[in-house]
Amino acid sequence: MKKSILSIATGVAAILAAGAASAGTLEDVKAKGFLQCGVSTGVAGFAFTDANGEWDGFDVTICRAVAAAVFGDPKAVKFTPTTGKTRFTALASGEIDMLARNTTWTFSRDADLKFTFTGVNFYDGQGFIVPKALGVSSAKELDGATICIQTGTTTELNLADYFRSNNMKYDPVPIETNAEAQQKYLANACDAYTTDASGLAATRSTFEKPGDHLILPEIISKEPLGPLVRHGDDQWADINRWVLNVLIIAEEKGLTKANVDKMAMGSDDPEVNRILGKEGEYSAMIGLEKDWAVNVIKTAGNYGEIYEKYLGVDTDIGLARGLNALWTDGGILYSPPFR
Amino acid sequence: MSIAAVEPSEERFRIGMLLTDTRYRSYTIQIFALFLLMLIFAWLFSNVVENFARLGKTFSFSFMLDPSSYDINQILWYDYTSRSPHWMAALVGISNTLLVALLGCITATVLGVVAGVLRLSKNWVVAKLMTVYIEVIRNIPVLIQILIVAAVINEALPAPNAFRGADPEATAMLGGALVLTNRGFYLAAPIFEDGFVSVFVVFLAMVVGSIVFGRWAHKQQEQTGTILPTFWIRLGIIAIPTLIVFYVMGSPMSWDIPELKGFNFRGGMFARDSLIALWFALSLYTGAFIAENVRAGIQAVSHGQTEAAYALGLRPGRTMQMVILPQALRVIIPPLISQYLNLTKNSSLAIAVGYMDATGTLGGITLNQTGREMESILLLMLFYLIG
Ligand SMILES: N[C@@H](CCC(=O)N[C@@H](CS)C(=O)NCC(=O)O)C(=O)O
Repeated sequence: MKKSILSIATGVAAILAAGAASAGTLEDVKAKGFLQCGVSTGVAGFAFTDANGEWDGFDVTICRAVAAAVFGDPKAVKFTPTTGKTRFTALASGEIDMLARNTTWTFSRDADLKFTFTGVNFYDGQGFIVPKALGVSSAKELDGATICIQTGTTTELNLADYFRSNNMKYDPVPIETNAEAQQKYLANACDAYTTDASGLAATRSTFEKPGDHLILPEIISKEPLGPLVRHGDDQWADINRWVLNVLIIAEEKGLTKANVDKMAMGSDDPEVNRILGKEGEYSAMIGLEKDWAVNVIKTAGNYGEIYEKYLGVDTDIGLARGLNALWTDGGILYSPPFR
Repeated sequence: MSIAAVEPSEERFRIGMLLTDTRYRSYTIQIFALFLLMLIFAWLFSNVVENFARLGKTFSFSFMLDPSSYDINQILWYDYTSRSPHWMAALVGISNTLLVALLGCITATVLGVVAGVLRLSKNWVVAKLMTVYIEVIRNIPVLIQILIVAAVINEALPAPNAFRGADPEATAMLGGALVLTNRGFYLAAPIFEDGFVSVFVVFLAMVVGSIVFGRWAHKQQEQTGTILPTFWIRLGIIAIPTLIVFYVMGSPMSWDIPELKGFNFRGGMFARDSLIALWFALSLYTGAFIAENVRAGIQAVSHGQTEAAYALGLRPGRTMQMVILPQALRVIIPPLISQYLNLTKNSSLAIAVGYMDATGTLGGITLNQTGREMESILLLMLFYLIG
């Protein structure tokens, strides 16, 4: 609450107060010496603080990869936890340089809120979780249920549409953060919790008895989640876009955290050489050092490595790659060529 | 001759006097301050315009006509759906704000008057208890109190599911008329059937009758000095004929008892957990401040008044009720109004427990989903300013 008022206030204040930084974001970030990255307040697997209080996770790694590209140092990031409500004001007001927070790419966020999504790092959809004890096996049986929902999200709107088009009624309980929603849901103050299915799986993994809860089969929306920046700075958007693309191409090309240093010495594949700065002047075109992509892959690993580390089937969250597999493996992950 | 020499009106106005002459200097300063203020506003305004232009944003309220696309969980009297426009969502929020403010003001006043009077009680335990209540509650931020009450309701009370089955874990109270769940409280609601109109008419007529009797009894007291037990007589005047007509008409009223249907209880009156948490915490908090106002008001009435009343043979209760409180009210009411305003403004903490007030709808979801911060916040400020 405090936080949201504060950031709305700063948003309004930023609009009121004199011109925001007008130089390129890259220069601003370099001058500051660190990247200010907006993440969520905490979703297992995506953004969490480890035992040492360091931020870590699938979304956090995107921030670290950008920091590695700019500074060669994945630690040169400061994180701003944002809620569904505060994230956009934080980005628009310049409080953060980029946002990587389970955020769905939509038309109005792009054209009206004036943000540039720099890609999709997770193809998702909205689902429901219920306690098995409720005896519900389909979202169509939720007529009359009390449903917890995070406000300021696309999921809030999808939920209204889904119930209306299925002629069902429900009682929405609006909530600010994932942690609060989890607490309400576990206290049975709502029958079901709805958000992105990946978020549900992540949240369930932190329950005492994950086995007692069921994610319903219905996926009621498309939620392409990706990092975003403000409109109006194409160079900064390009950097963010190509950091993500490089992670994806790295998986295609078999570049890993472990072998990237060796590959950087030179390879048979011209695209690998272009990415790793062996061939051409690509880094200058985007305004970064020659070894930026080496640094990105060295800190983050390729997309597949990141996925398996935080969300994959071997983790508590246990999400199969599904849509998020490479296009060559039956998924829809596809980066434009690096040339 | 010398008298004329000191006559100041002889002096002609010079420009320098704007600074040196105290008669003009205050004008100079005021005009200067006004000018500065206008400059600041002009600067802020031009910044808004400039920054809006830079962000490519327009300033327009037309988004208020678009469908809101979200649902609200407490709709008092509008036909609101997710297809209704944003302005209607704002109205739903505003009426929810007004509801909790009204309920809160009533209970806070009752609580405040009782606690304020009792804090001055001669009974040591009662007085200290009230002191503890007032001092503790006033010093804990109200947001925390709201969250605590909500957490207690959510965690300590049974979920609707617990009422299910042949041998349920939890049962309703008052023969099913009151159900306390962790999602809110349900209370049986009266249903008025045909013929209730006549009961109501009789009731109204008897209320008038009791007022007439009260006037008459007052006159009697002034003329003869006999004090009648007016309260009981007036109650009888209202209740007895009303009850007789009620039974004659065949009891034209029944109860809508809350029943567990599907996931939740249905029927009766429903107060959701967030409303109760907000209402309760705001009442408790504002009540503590009102108690202090009441105490100050009472102590502002000279002790001589009490002594005079005692000398006339009035008992302490009557003294408080008929002598002290009426005089104390003059001191109590102005700060009381400001407490009511405080409560209304504090009700904007509603979103912390998911109560959909004006800040939650207009200043929350509408603002967020449309990205119209400036317009939404301006409208919201306007509402709190007027309200
Ligand atoms: N993808 C949706 C929903 C995003 C969302 O709020 N997801 C939740 C659950 S995965 C979340 O990230 N919560 C984190 C937090 O509460 O800070 C959107 O962009 O509006």
